Amino acid sequence: MDTSFAPEDLAFRDEVRAFFAEAYDSELQARLNNLETFKEAVIDWQKRLYKKGWIAPGWPKEYGGTGWNATQKFIYETERSAAGIRDVIPFGLNMVGPVIYAFGNEEQKARFLPGILQSDDWWCQGYSEPGAGSDLASLKTRAVREGDEYVVTGAKIWTSYAQYADWIFCLVRTSNEGKKQNGISFLLIDMKSPGIKVNPIVSIDNHHSLNEVEFNEVRVPVANLIGEQDKGWTYAKALLAHERTAIAGVADSKRSLAETRAFAEREVNGGKSLLSDPLFQKRLSDIEIELMALEFTELRVLATVAAGGAPGAESSMLKIKGTEMQQAVQELRMEVAAYYQGVLPNDLTPEQLGHDFGSQARQTYMYGRASTIYGGSNEVQKNIIAKAVLGL
Amino acid sequence: MNFEFTEEQGMLRDSVARFVQDSYDFDTRCKIAASDEGMSRENWQTFAELGWLSVPFAESHGGFGGGPVDTMVMMEEFGKGIVLEPYLATVLLFGGLLQRGGSVEQQAELIPRIIEGSCLGAFAYLERQSRHAITDIKTTAAVEGDQLVLNGEKVVVFNGASADQLIVAARSSGEQSDEDGITLVLVPADAAGVERTAYRMMDGQVVANITFTDVRVPVADIVGEAGEGYAVMSPVITRANVALAAEALGIMGQLNAKTLEYTKTRKQFDVPIGSFQALQHRMVDTFMAYEQVKSLLYRAVCELDGEGDDTAACVHALKVLVDRNGKKIFGEAIQLHGGMGITDELDIGHYAKRLMMINTTFGNGDYHQAKFNELRYSA
Repeated sequence: MDTSFAPEDLAFRDEVRAFFAEAYDSELQARLNNLETFKEAVIDWQKRLYKKGWIAPGWPKEYGGTGWNATQKFIYETERSAAGIRDVIPFGLNMVGPVIYAFGNEEQKARFLPGILQSDDWWCQGYSEPGAGSDLASLKTRAVREGDEYVVTGAKIWTSYAQYADWIFCLVRTSNEGKKQNGISFLLIDMKSPGIKVNPIVSIDNHHSLNEVEFNEVRVPVANLIGEQDKGWTYAKALLAHERTAIAGVADSKRSLAETRAFAEREVNGGKSLLSDPLFQKRLSDIEIELMALEFTELRVLATVAAGGAPGAESSMLKIKGTEMQQAVQELRMEVAAYYQGVLPNDLTPEQLGHDFGSQARQTYMYGRASTIYGGSNEVQKNIIAKAVLGL
Repeated sequence: MNFEFTEEQGMLRDSVARFVQDSYDFDTRCKIAASDEGMSRENWQTFAELGWLSVPFAESHGGFGGGPVDTMVMMEEFGKGIVLEPYLATVLLFGGLLQRGGSVEQQAELIPRIIEGSCLGAFAYLERQSRHAITDIKTTAAVEGDQLVLNGEKVVVFNGASADQLIVAARSSGEQSDEDGITLVLVPADAAGVERTAYRMMDGQVVANITFTDVRVPVADIVGEAGEGYAVMSPVITRANVALAAEALGIMGQLNAKTLEYTKTRKQFDVPIGSFQALQHRMVDTFMAYEQVKSLLYRAVCELDGEGDDTAACVHALKVLVDRNGKKIFGEAIQLHGGMGITDELDIGHYAKRLMMINTTFGNGDYHQAKFNELRYSA
């Protein structure tokens, strides 16, 4: 039982810190914060990580991973969050990439992995459907084999960044025999294929990142099927556990809480800062205490994975607690902003408006409501724990 | 012991309910929110014709002479439709201040105009540093002969961009956060030296930051006594908080009803999701959260109606519960609607945003809990 850093860990930390300080420059940050330039700025940033060799810490070394141990991964995540750097867009690097190297054939690995690592291909995820959310296995988008092609018809929903995507990985129904989990296949589809239509969805934060993707007799080469036909659910399940571990976001919550604390210190009313208000302190410490525990829960899961174990039902716990904490921090920041939480984005400068973070705090808070819904809703995660851990 | 409404109160409630039902569906509401003023002047005229703008005013000024119960039944119905027209800003705040502190001349001139719908008003109380402390005022009001000179800035003024007349809370003496030394001043929105910057809030309303640069008004335009503004604004804000709680109750009822309906129709795993016990229990919790807010609202209204001695504590408690239970109710409504709950297209998020705005108006839950603690537990 030891969580202290060895000298070589500290040297690694310094290296990570120095790289972020240099590579994540203010010009890039400005482009990331501008909706017009967001996509190319993300690609630019991810290419810088690729050149450094750090684009895929979660991948095995043979496929382009870093070969870091659990401590190094933890240090990297902590430094990334501390530097205010958002995680990579997950759909290629954290989701379909691992499925391809684990279950794809050699040709598929050679064809798709370089484009993912180098961020030349933008991926999106085609899982949920209007009628299949928490009950994902009830999905109805069907793929009918005709010669060397599948003909895909149906609709996917809540597809983040489909408007930017070159490729979509989809769960499609190839058979109605037996259990509904059987008969699902994992298919890679070129977004330029005829018959695909992307319909934007404006979310509760007034932004457009979500979409509905319609498939109307879209022809997909059989070579784009991952693994075996009708076995896609197995691959998807492996991916979902991966996704849940990634969305705990403890390091990001810690950083966000520290910022919120700094904002509260700045708010002075009647000669006293908000930070000295006992009720506010209680709300702050309630969150901080949970995060202190969650950080070690995450480390315990990381250590299990590093020792060769698979993230099982523990990843559900990380997802539940991680997203609850994210939402708690987001809510607290809204309280600090007081009336200014209500301001919609406008052309006024912070000086004219009298405030500098209210609008952003609300957008993050509003969109943050989705985190307990996506990636398998928290209710579904509780079912998994009840079944797999508690044996109920 | 009687929790029934009078026949008149019932008619008033039905009249607002019918309007919301017939003329304020969600699409219409979205169009009004997207318009330049974020409200409809045509609707405002309808409000005047239906007599709603006269409800809290004395009969001597052409009012209906209504009390807190009348305001409550109206606000609850407004909440159900998330009505955008500036009833709070014009009638309850601006009109409320005039009714309570205005001179005979001010009342005679302005209240009939409010009632007929020809005068929109706003109460400019907030400053960029003041958060929830309504006494934290830096805007100055200095006497020069028979004139008052205003300098400073007010922010997030509800209806501030559309108002014809403003009542400004300014400091004429004392320290920045003192209750003493606040002077309420009537200022025409088009007076020289008044500059308005409009912007939109998440609940659809348009607000304004308003700067005052050597704005001169006659001393006669002070509302109440110079330096004694707090005594006028405090009870008006207390009543406004109860009215906002009633609006919040209307919203909470809608959120619960819509969520219940959704869980009965949305099927996953081949059954309606409402058949899952885990979700049933949560909806029972939100149902109870709603009932508890209703009870505390009635308690506060009874206190106000009888000018009871526990009014302050009751209203603080009410704001705490509205904040806490409101968050619970809109949180569950979004969560149980799943992906649909986080779309702008569905009304759930819009109800949530209005609740969030109500929670932060005139003090959030923490602010009122601290005030409650002070009243109840400090030696």
